[in-house]
Amino acid sequence: MPILAERDQEAVRKEFQRIQGPVKLVVFSQELVAGDMCRQNEQLVREVAELDERITVEVLNPQIDRARAEAYGVEDVPAIVVEGARDYGIRFLGVPHGYEFSNLIDSIIVASSGEAQLSDETKSSLAGLTGEVSIKVFSTPT
Amino acid sequence: MRLAQHMAVASDKVTAVAIEANEFPELSQAYRVSAVPKIVINDRVEFEGALPEAQFLDAVLRAVEPAGP
Repeated sequence: MPILAERDQEAVRKEFQRIQGPVKLVVFSQELVAGDMCRQNEQLVREVAELDERITVEVLNPQIDRARAEAYGVEDVPAIVVEGARDYGIRFLGVPHGYEFSNLIDSIIVASSGEAQLSDETKSSLAGLTGEVSIKVFSTPT
Repeated sequence: MRLAQHMAVASDKVTAVAIEANEFPELSQAYRVSAVPKIVINDRVEFEGALPEAQFLDAVLRAVEPAGP
């Protein structure tokens, strides 16, 4: 049974008209650690990718694909890396339902162009950053 | 949080991790998440709730400031 209802698929397809280039969703799954969640996550990502041919999916197991997981800085599952022309550092931990789902869709669109929707002031401040910035955003589906 | 992802795209110094708090109770507990969204920047600056872009940026800049005397 699909996770995304027909109505949701339509809405996402419409959003995806704004996609500018290829996007890769790298999914980290590990059956033994969080089987149910990982299966759900993988299914959701595949359903999203089916809505636009510019989106591809790669599934990795952090226990097996250790070097790749380390390179992506992924330690937990389920996880999703959203990559555009390069890895912008966008990660999702846990199955992105509800609010996080629209966030995932928006991340795919922004990663596809590499053009952040931010003010010029914000962009120029960020361009001047000299240190690393790690932003964690905790949320719940409702 | 939309702003975090857009900042990650704008700067290669920025990474944005969206965490589903219920699925990672230990992590949520470690960061004392009681209300969502909760944003933690460099384990140093944190706030709850959505902020306008300018204030979010201000929080990012505070998180990279050198430690005071």
